[in-house]
Amino acid sequence: MLSLENITNAVHEWLNATLNPTLALLSEFVIVGVLAIALFAVLGLSLVLMERKVAAFIQIRLGPNRVGPFGMFQTVADTLKLIMKEGLTPDGADKFLFNLAPYIVMIAAMMLLAPIAFAKGFQIWDINIGVLFLTAVSSISVIGILMAGWASNNKYSLLGAMRSGAQIVSYELSAGLSIITIVILTGSLQISDIINAQANGWWIFKGHIPVLISFVIFIIAVTAETNRAPFDLAEAESELTAGFHTEYSGMKFALFFLAEYINIFIACAIGATLFLGGWMPFHIGHWEAFNHIMDFIPSSFWFIGKTFFLIFLMMWFRWTFPRLRIDQLLNLEWKYLLPISLVNLLVVALMAVMGWHF
Amino acid sequence: MFIIDYIKDIFKGLKSLLTGMKITGYYFTHHKEIITEQYPDNRATLKMADRFRGEVVMIHDEDNEHACTGCSACELACPNGTIKIINKFDVNAEGKKKKAIDTFIYHLELCTMCNLCIVACPTDTIKMEPNFEHSVYDRSKLTKVLNRPGSKIKAGVE
Amino acid sequence: MFEELGTTAEGDMLINIGPQHPATHGVLHLVMTLNGETIKKTEPHLGYIHRSIEKMCESLTYRQFVYVTSRMDYLSSHINNHGCSLAVEKAMQIEVPERAQVIRVIMDELTRIASHELWWGAMAMDLGAFTPFFYSFRERETITDIMEETCGARLTMNYICPGGVMMDLHPDFQKRVKSFIALFKSKFDEYNELVTGNIIFQNRMKGVGVLSKEDAISYGCTGPTARGSGVSSDIRKLYPYEVYSKVQFDEVLETGGDSFSRYMVRINEMLQSIKIIEQLIDNIPEGEFQAKTKAVLKLPKGEFYQRVETARGELGIYIVSEGGTTPHRIKFRSPGFSNLSALGHMVKGSKIGDLVATMGTLDLVIPDIDR
Repeated sequence: MLSLENITNAVHEWLNATLNPTLALLSEFVIVGVLAIALFAVLGLSLVLMERKVAAFIQIRLGPNRVGPFGMFQTVADTLKLIMKEGLTPDGADKFLFNLAPYIVMIAAMMLLAPIAFAKGFQIWDINIGVLFLTAVSSISVIGILMAGWASNNKYSLLGAMRSGAQIVSYELSAGLSIITIVILTGSLQISDIINAQANGWWIFKGHIPVLISFVIFIIAVTAETNRAPFDLAEAESELTAGFHTEYSGMKFALFFLAEYINIFIACAIGATLFLGGWMPFHIGHWEAFNHIMDFIPSSFWFIGKTFFLIFLMMWFRWTFPRLRIDQLLNLEWKYLLPISLVNLLVVALMAVMGWHF
Repeated sequence: MFIIDYIKDIFKGLKSLLTGMKITGYYFTHHKEIITEQYPDNRATLKMADRFRGEVVMIHDEDNEHACTGCSACELACPNGTIKIINKFDVNAEGKKKKAIDTFIYHLELCTMCNLCIVACPTDTIKMEPNFEHSVYDRSKLTKVLNRPGSKIKAGVE
Repeated sequence: MFEELGTTAEGDMLINIGPQHPATHGVLHLVMTLNGETIKKTEPHLGYIHRSIEKMCESLTYRQFVYVTSRMDYLSSHINNHGCSLAVEKAMQIEVPERAQVIRVIMDELTRIASHELWWGAMAMDLGAFTPFFYSFRERETITDIMEETCGARLTMNYICPGGVMMDLHPDFQKRVKSFIALFKSKFDEYNELVTGNIIFQNRMKGVGVLSKEDAISYGCTGPTARGSGVSSDIRKLYPYEVYSKVQFDEVLETGGDSFSRYMVRINEMLQSIKIIEQLIDNIPEGEFQAKTKAVLKLPKGEFYQRVETARGELGIYIVSEGGTTPHRIKFRSPGFSNLSALGHMVKGSKIGDLVATMGTLDLVIPDIDR
């Protein structure tokens, strides 16, 4: 059967057969880099389009429908426009930091791509501390946001950046704690181990209510971490116009915009990997025939499907709820999510020790 | 007791959030509720209300005759100088001079569609048309002459 | 010197909200003194959309000046026209036919619902929920369609004129209003489920922008802003005009004084308006829709005052006549101006997010404040 794993292996063997090992490794780097950037571009375009379509249908509108069939090339046209726009640097801004900030946010988003398993055996870097790597690198992007807000020499931007700093730092705690529940159950930080542990059932089913709770907390926390409504205080359109990227235009703005959507994708991909079994197909106990049919669906489809389901969930949140206030946002984290996830963590630890999960 | 209230709070909050999501979810899945009108595409079927005030026109019959006596009641009624009437003197069959309209100038760009001129007109010769597509590239094109060239007043209208 | 740097002498941050800002719904300019996110002082700067409507009215005749008032509070244009017409009728002692009175009241209440619908959507948008805006506009669209059919315009109708109304009702009017009432009632629960009951929304609104009863009176607040603080200020009840004395409806009062109380007042006012329309829509008397008046109206010498309840509060029309065909002086007492003056007091000490929530419930229409 044609699978991504076979293709990567074939390419790897062919490169090693034709080139010496160093060159083969270097060319693999190049291929992976090009593929990652291509994935970014495609993801950015499709997620923006998806967001606009989801928003439109929820708001009883049609959404983009003029450029291409069903408006499919609308985002391409928008990107072309953004590329051609002048990237203004405001007077009085810290020019170096101002121009650096979007790249830091972008690079942080790109680095997160490394340990994610897109399909069976299709992973850039199966690092043995995969989950730790993800949580660690995802906090870098806040530096970019703070930098952008500070360097813009704009009070709206500064307020937005400070809000974002407080928000991301606090929500990382509960996101991390809910990730740890899965690490406890699996006993490994490696992404491939976590996925393999779900071969006989996804954690969200195997782990009973405690894992369900940590899944809900995870979704709330990553929504906050990616600065999406109802936690979009860093942008807060009706309060701070556009928050930390008020002064950005052209391609520099596009990088922030793209990074936001890539971060959503990665956050949802982590959620799908940890709780919904990554590329593992959906199996029900001993229904052999059903399980067999499910196995026919390629593993990459499973992964993408689960990820997009979670992305849709986040979009659904965004277009339903009003925004929280900054003190309520921190209250929610420190008074509700953190205590609950701490207690939940203890329960999961007990469950893992006693072997109460399936 | 504190713990019970705390948990109750959480569940009440979650429930209210889920009711909201139920509504948006309903509209997401029911596309027949979409109310968008795709305007330039639906020109053929788009029907404005009969009374919609789009612009002032002068009613002409098939003989190119109108009922405007040039009394300039509309000009006086207009709050912002949209209408300008220039009169002339016709000589009728009996050799008598009679006041008649020469040019009925209507500045669409100044008009606020307040309908006061229509109400003021004693012979009901002007009316509002439901035409709303007025955009032009040159502002001077919005200054219109309402009486058609060669038109004359209907017989019997005083 | 400090102001140039954007800080005050105490090191607080000065920030301009507006004149171009998504939350001010127009060209309102607020100069805010912030300590971090906490508001220390709010100073509204007006004048960005001043069109000198009062001065303009002095050169227009009594028939003409009515249409200009549609441009003040454009969301309750019918009610503005109504007030002006009432003032002129009061001065000239014109008896308005019963049919015209009923039509006027129905139109007023439809306008009030349309205005509150827009406010509801825009306020949810201020709080970051974008979807309610589209749902409320769907129902508002039905009202504007009804207006378009009968009055000929959708926003600045100029339908109510001294002596009655300009045209008779459209034959479909009653049928369409009834279908609107049915539609509105079926969708009203949706509003409450989507926004009113939402825990985030309630937390954002409750205890925010508190205006006590005494302050509401001393700032001269009227309309839902005052009624949210427990001040009975409904002109339709206190100084009934037209057929308001004959219909059954309740003055909605809340005692909280916070943003949520003002929100609930407006939400419940929509239901009261529906109640008024339901009582009148089947009982429109036959007869003339306009009193017989002269083409040129001449007011007797004197001063005349008429107040009406717009969607935002009390609108006062004060005409000084010298006996000619144009007014000597006209003064409008607009509800938005007094309500805005209380803003600085209401938001002092709260966060920027609260400013938006408070301003949203004041339901400011900037052309109404500036004229």
